[in-house]
Amino acid sequence: MPDAVMLLALLVATLRAAAPLVLAGTGELVAERSGVLNLGVEGMMLMGAVTGFAATVSTGSPWLGLLAAMAAGAAMAGVFAALTLGLRANQVASGLALTIFGVGFSALFGAPYQSHPIPGLATVLFPHLSAAGPLLQQMLLIDPLVWLAVALPFMVQRFLARSRAGLVLRAVGESAEVAHAFGYKVLRIRLLATLFGGAMAGLGGAYLSLAYTPMWTENMVAGRGWIALALVVFSTWKPLALALGALLFGFVTIAGFQAEAWGIPVAPNLLATLPYLATVLVLVLISRDRVRLKLNAPAALGRPFHPAE
Amino acid sequence: MRLRLERRPALSHLWALLAPLLAVALAAAGAALLFAVLGRDPLVCLYTLFLAPLADANGWSELALKATPLLLCAIGIAVGVRANVWNIGAEGQFTIGAIAGGWVALAIGPGGGWYVLPLVLLAGIAGGAAWGGIAAFLRTRFNAHEILVTLMLSYVAVQLLGWLVRGPMQDPEGFNFPQSPQFAAAAMLPVLFEGSRVTVAALFALAAVPLAALLLGRTLAGYRLRVVGLAPGAARYAGFSEAAAVWTCLLLSGGLAGLAGVAEVTGPIGQLTPSISPGYGFAAIIVAFLGRLSPVGMLFASLLMGLLYLGAEALQIGQQLPLAAAGVIQGMVLLFLLGADVLTLYRVRLAGRAHA
Repeated sequence: MPDAVMLLALLVATLRAAAPLVLAGTGELVAERSGVLNLGVEGMMLMGAVTGFAATVSTGSPWLGLLAAMAAGAAMAGVFAALTLGLRANQVASGLALTIFGVGFSALFGAPYQSHPIPGLATVLFPHLSAAGPLLQQMLLIDPLVWLAVALPFMVQRFLARSRAGLVLRAVGESAEVAHAFGYKVLRIRLLATLFGGAMAGLGGAYLSLAYTPMWTENMVAGRGWIALALVVFSTWKPLALALGALLFGFVTIAGFQAEAWGIPVAPNLLATLPYLATVLVLVLISRDRVRLKLNAPAALGRPFHPAE
Repeated sequence: MRLRLERRPALSHLWALLAPLLAVALAAAGAALLFAVLGRDPLVCLYTLFLAPLADANGWSELALKATPLLLCAIGIAVGVRANVWNIGAEGQFTIGAIAGGWVALAIGPGGGWYVLPLVLLAGIAGGAAWGGIAAFLRTRFNAHEILVTLMLSYVAVQLLGWLVRGPMQDPEGFNFPQSPQFAAAAMLPVLFEGSRVTVAALFALAAVPLAALLLGRTLAGYRLRVVGLAPGAARYAGFSEAAAVWTCLLLSGGLAGLAGVAEVTGPIGQLTPSISPGYGFAAIIVAFLGRLSPVGMLFASLLMGLLYLGAEALQIGQQLPLAAAGVIQGMVLLFLLGADVLTLYRVRLAGRAHA
């Protein structure tokens, strides 16, 4: 393979591995900036992955699949919001519950679709993909969801920093009491941010089952939801830094596969530990600077707020 | 008319007891709905799930077998939650415990006397505690949050086991199956009753209940943990070290999870295989909350969660439902419990629009 194609292939593979982390991570970042800590990302991604897959298989349209995945992720986030914003349940426990439920529910409803092959998103869009030259083929593998993952951090960055709605959302995340005193509907804003986070997590999951793999296997998200959560901390709640972190992770994942291709013998199981170890490393590096973390974290993160009290 | 929540002057002890029961009832109703959606007879399924597994003595012993690792892991998790230390990686500590104990068992081989089993168990406890200790070190030294670290290390542990049973620890005479050799008899936990699979590990779990109650309720160490969890500011003022609490909780819960892991492989499994747990470490989180973080409560909760595993196996055989049904219902129990808990802190009042 010529070097240019190989480099491009590496870049594309990195982008594709990073895309689900960017989508889910940016969604969670928005929720956290409004003060809501939803640890259920893994569960929401799994629900998105299985729902998107099932909807695509039954309707034949990956677009409807993606829409269904976003709805499924948002529905899960709605459950979380009902518990934490409505019934005032503990956010950490509720997020864990959401993940446990999502793991089980996706496995149960996904069982009939297990290892059912479908054409990947890129193949659906470009039916003659395999006939294209290697360079073009790599370019076409960057499907619309990858483009969205590239654009989303910039859009969210702009929304948070430059728009009035973004300012209000940040205010709610810094001090719900003050935002409430100014007449903003704290719970409604947090609900919307949580739902957005869920929809993006669902989309990230569907990317895995519809474009990246593309198939449904039980527990296929394999901790990416947790890695996305770690990336939010790593980014110190900044969308562009999150995207960079996700690229780094994409690269670590791909470099592992490349090592095999270059003839460096690594057991697949040990290779699979790399992203998790990298997550721990990254968390350690960012968390040791307590002051920086504290200055950047939304001040009201994880703290419940109830008007009328 | 709309519903309004009104804070109770004090926590309702009645609802603290009733909420888990309400949650289980709602989860059972949810399960019935799920079965109907999947085209099964809900009543038959509920019977198969909750009652059929307990029809004979063997069923009860299988229940004890499933409840044992859940209870061991949950007690550690609950002590942590009391101190606001969230060990959600019990699954990983369980796995490392099994690996460490299994390694000692295989290293000693078929010889050895009475001392083999205690050594194997201690290795399992030490392995689990060490895995938890990594998270404690990273939290106290680098401020890295234990939720993510313990969880990430769980994934690492499971992959490590997968590698070991395909590599260094693989049975050379195992036809290339991913598994270790069978452990020698001296390394195996004795069963409680002839013909059953439940081992003396069930007694360890039972013994952990009063010990945990003593630790939390009657010792200074337990008091410190609770203060650190409830009022970190007051704890600092009193000179109770948060770092000590983090270390105590993660070593203790890691050790208990490690014991559960080594007991599983030196008990019903008898060797190392790639999948030694149907998610005990995660289900134990539900056990901890359902049992209200109280050791006695968790004893009952572990039996219920264990029953769901058994019931799901029965549903798989009788109704061709995937085993994952257990996870769905367990998840629903926790979701409903967290919702029902609103009643322990608040009264639900019907409020007219005029007052709203």
